[in-house]
Amino acid sequence: MNPELAIECHQLTRKFADVTAVNGLDLHIPKQTIYGFLGPNGSGKSTAIRMLCGLLLPTSGEVNVLGHQVPQQAEQLKKHIGYMTQAFSLYSDLTVKENLRFMAQVYGLSGKTQNRRIDEALSVYHLQGLQNRFPSNMSGGERQRLALATATLHDPKLLFLDEPTSAVDPQSRRDFWESLFDLVAEGVTILVSTHYMDEAERCHDLAILDHGVKVADGSPSDLMASMEAWVVQVEDSDVLKLKPHLASLPDVISVSHIGLHLRILVNKSIAQPVAYIQQQTGFLDTDVQVREVAPSMEDVFVVATQKRKQEHDR
Amino acid sequence: MMSLRRLFAVMRKEVWQLKRDRLTVGMILGIPIMQVLLFGYAINTDIRHIPAAVVDYANTQLSHNLVTDMEASQVVRIYARVGEEKELEDRLRTGEVSIGIVIPEDFERRIQDDSRAAAQLLVDGSDPIVLGAAQQLTAMQQHQSSQKSASSGKLFEVRNYYNPERRSAVNTLPGLIGVILTMTMVIFTAISLVRERERGNLELLINTPITSNELMIGKILPYILIGFIQVSLVLFLGFMIFDVPIQGLVVDVYIITLVFVSANLSLGILFSTLAKSQFQALQMAIFVMLPSILLSGFMFPFNAMPTLAQWIAEILPMTHFVRLIRGVMLRGAGLGELLPELLVLMAFTFITLVLAIKRFHKRLD
Repeated sequence: MNPELAIECHQLTRKFADVTAVNGLDLHIPKQTIYGFLGPNGSGKSTAIRMLCGLLLPTSGEVNVLGHQVPQQAEQLKKHIGYMTQAFSLYSDLTVKENLRFMAQVYGLSGKTQNRRIDEALSVYHLQGLQNRFPSNMSGGERQRLALATATLHDPKLLFLDEPTSAVDPQSRRDFWESLFDLVAEGVTILVSTHYMDEAERCHDLAILDHGVKVADGSPSDLMASMEAWVVQVEDSDVLKLKPHLASLPDVISVSHIGLHLRILVNKSIAQPVAYIQQQTGFLDTDVQVREVAPSMEDVFVVATQKRKQEHDR
Repeated sequence: MMSLRRLFAVMRKEVWQLKRDRLTVGMILGIPIMQVLLFGYAINTDIRHIPAAVVDYANTQLSHNLVTDMEASQVVRIYARVGEEKELEDRLRTGEVSIGIVIPEDFERRIQDDSRAAAQLLVDGSDPIVLGAAQQLTAMQQHQSSQKSASSGKLFEVRNYYNPERRSAVNTLPGLIGVILTMTMVIFTAISLVRERERGNLELLINTPITSNELMIGKILPYILIGFIQVSLVLFLGFMIFDVPIQGLVVDVYIITLVFVSANLSLGILFSTLAKSQFQALQMAIFVMLPSILLSGFMFPFNAMPTLAQWIAEILPMTHFVRLIRGVMLRGAGLGELLPELLVLMAFTFITLVLAIKRFHKRLD
């Protein structure tokens, strides 16, 4: 395995009865980066993460995490990874401090190290005031800070975060991501799954998953630059009427209604996308603004998942 | 592989959680107290104030005296005086009264006649306690000095209505310890792992370096202490309220308890690895609880059961516990004499624990 990589997997596949949750996944995740899994619910993000930690057995494929073969050497790996489950999974009937103490002991930290690391965690994640509170009475953001604090108690080299911000307000999400970048600066590698576009955009690299298949991967800027579609925006007070017609065109990938304008994804094969849309809408000689805009992460996501759908339908 | 630090971490966590689980704490103390008081009351045959009704066909001074005497004994309380036997039977059937007293017209003549019972008790035999009390009443003597000649005759004959056989008197309390421990211990551990799975804790836990041994044994050990608390409570209550002595060594009682509690906890944890929900775990626990109470010899004599039932009983830890605890508490036997039973319990513990550890995987599939 390449020593620069934290995670490497080849043709990783997992089937549940007649559903293929993860299908032929290849990953090369460099150390000290934040790697994102972007995908809707049921796209195989959690299943993939669980296979990478050894919680689920792959149906086929090879996994190497931090130099350990998984699942064969999963137990040796456990000491070096931290894990945040999708739902809060610490004990609601133990206080914040007791949860930290328990996890520190379970990770086998010595008495002195335990105290030091728990104190550090309390201060880094602003939990001092909550030490004796029970998670059942804490906000989503507070619980998430506690979960990250416990996941990093033993100084793991690699963190798996499964939709860590799904129950958290926007400000807490921002703070959370700041913490992640601090961890990366300390040398930690992070694999995070999300269905938020703004979070995906913050990752160094990401993979877009759709029905268990990786439909695109790369850095957010590369993905946006190499997107196989134009983004055309139409600003008109009466855009609603245009939507059905535009959506039915073969070279229009998707039409979405955003505020007072329509955002249209047009196939790259069309040479003049603005003119094409003007023709189709009859806005050629009117003062209705039709212009090309820069792609967003959401556009990348839509194009990638639509492409797979078309190939699948064919 | 076993790390003491992790083992203690699990034990301490269990204690923390237990401390805050008021219902479980209530169960730990409440079930022994309740059971001892309930069963203890049943052991006590000196029953008072059983509701009764009387039909007095004789209606003489002597028959009035008889009823007054019965009331004075405090065993029965006369709720009604009715005109005919039929009405007594109705009241008996509805449960309004448990004993009906029939004094025949020729009561005075019958009293002189040693070969016949002077009066009749209609007893609700569906309730063994009432039946026992009725047996007591038959021993009652006509004490009036003017009727000396009657003292040798039977005052009553008992007609048992709903329960033709009498329940044999058993020494309930030692076996009761087994019932209490089976009820509580199996449930505690049967629920424990499944609960962590249901609450999502397990997914986090299996992603740490913790081993199956540490998790299982760490979950069992704190409850052994709970078992000791329960046994102490039962022994204390039994001694204080019902004067139940321990013929053998107290330390032997605790050794037996230790082994029996371990067997139940291991069985519970095995259930916990098999069950998919807390409800399923409870169902499994009940599957053990019922035969344990019925087949172990606690309720009915072991040797009177059919062979198949005896085989099943031999698998149940409670059967061996009942033999052990009765031996020590009632017959004053030493552990040396009861060694085979103790070894069976140890083997049971070992096998179930190994099965549980083997069955538990640190995986989600």
